[in-house]
Amino acid sequence: MFTGKKAIIIGDRDGIPGPAIAEVIKTMGAEVIFASTECFV
Amino acid sequence: MDLEIQKRVKEFAESEDKDNLIVILGGAEAEAAGLAAETVLSGDPTFAGPLAGVALNLPVYHVVEPIIKDNCDAQVYDDQIGMMEMVLDVEAICNEMDEIRSSCAA
Repeated sequence: MFTGKKAIIIGDRDGIPGPAIAEVIKTMGAEVIFASTECFV
Repeated sequence: MDLEIQKRVKEFAESEDKDNLIVILGGAEAEAAGLAAETVLSGDPTFAGPLAGVALNLPVYHVVEPIIKDNCDAQVYDDQIGMMEMVLDVEAICNEMDEIRSSCAA
């Protein structure tokens, strides 16, 4: 259901960082167009 | 949500086909993840950033939600997320995400 989608990834320094989420999302056939790691607090 | 990230999200929503975009969050706290989700759905609730009053209605999920976990490569998920998943309150995050999506869709 995510194949071919373009993914915007907003990771969290205290949670799950952007690059880790990107690796997972890529396995779903989605294209990562932006990945960052911010401080959510 | 960081103002610079709001700006980038807005730019992507304007330059890309919105029906083809998804937003994936990795916030540690349910409340913070909920606020980020609300920002990309109905606009910045703090009215501070570029998405103030801008309802993008982008599909948004947290990476620990079953819809992601059940559709990705299990080994990669375990390697990248497994450790943090054990310390996060996954149930609270999933409930918060469901609630925000429902309230923004209403």
